[in-house]
Amino acid sequence: MRESRLFWLAIPIALIFGYFFVGRTYAQESTPYTPTDDEVNAVAKGLYCPVCENIPLDVCPTQACSQWRALIREKIGLGWSEQQIKDYFVAQYGDRVLAAPPARGLNWLVYLIPPVAIATGIYILVRAIRTWRHPISAGVAKERSPEAGNDEYVDRLEEELRQR
Amino acid sequence: MSEIQSTSSPSETPAPPASSGGRIVIFGLNLSLGALIAWIAVLALLTLVAFGLLRRQQGPVAAGQTAPEFTLTTFEGEQFRLSDLKGKVVLINFWASWCKPCEEEAADLEAAWRDYQPRGDVVFLGVDYVDTEPEAKAYLKKFDITYPNGPDLRTRASQAFRIRGVPETYIVAPDGKLASVQIGPFTSLAQIKAMIDPLLEP
Repeated sequence: MRESRLFWLAIPIALIFGYFFVGRTYAQESTPYTPTDDEVNAVAKGLYCPVCENIPLDVCPTQACSQWRALIREKIGLGWSEQQIKDYFVAQYGDRVLAAPPARGLNWLVYLIPPVAIATGIYILVRAIRTWRHPISAGVAKERSPEAGNDEYVDRLEEELRQR
Repeated sequence: MSEIQSTSSPSETPAPPASSGGRIVIFGLNLSLGALIAWIAVLALLTLVAFGLLRRQQGPVAAGQTAPEFTLTTFEGEQFRLSDLKGKVVLINFWASWCKPCEEEAADLEAAWRDYQPRGDVVFLGVDYVDTEPEAKAYLKKFDITYPNGPDLRTRASQAFRIRGVPETYIVAPDGKLASVQIGPFTSLAQIKAMIDPLLEP
């Protein structure tokens, strides 16, 4: 008796689950996901077509770039992530399509030179400012040759000059 | 002023050594080690930039030069390596589906291929430059192109030939040297034949 009750209870539950799962599958098949322009452009702005140098893909008006954007739309629609799409474009067209070159080989220079140049510039500036703030003492120190470093004559001469 | 006796005179002062106290004399310049490293780094960077600019200024590979080696994998998966085709005349055509001038020469190229194909000593290779596969295949179907065509993966072939745009066509002689270069579309079938025929044995 109890088993038969459970059986009758299981039928509507199975029907409800079945409706949701099957219904959702049909819904996905009948209306495939179409990415918006913003979603496409979010990926496209990180890519450059070699035909139109220096114009990001999201604003490039050529037919080649339009085809590329359509390809991005298709890949997003298939559920690809931004990184997967970029990897695909690199595999097809090379590293030159990326807005930021990958950090390997000579590309490292692109990442290393600016901070090194800025650090060198700051160092030179600090040294220059120190020299400007203490021009006389720095000048005296510079005028003394290395040979005069332990020369008693020079030391006494400087001492007397300071006392005058 | 007290009497002071000098212990050394300027004439007795020895000449400074070439390297002392972390300083190096090079080409008459007395530089610290840091400054020397900085100068070497700047010179190396300038050399790199100069080589890059020179390469960009070179233009496409010219007739008479050895054709750059490259491998083409066709849309059907067949592989062609240029060095394997030595002894044959090879026509390499760079094109794209978005390229309108490419359409002007498509029919003439296909007609030339159909003329030469039975001989067996002429190979046509189409290299699809910066294109998307569905559009490229539609283009091949539209112009009924039957010679091998494939994508320029990672733009390696176009960079090896230093192409400036599409269409560009390179004809390689049987000895592997570039016989002629066509920048822009061919205007007739006769023009294509005039470039290939002199390279063929009678």
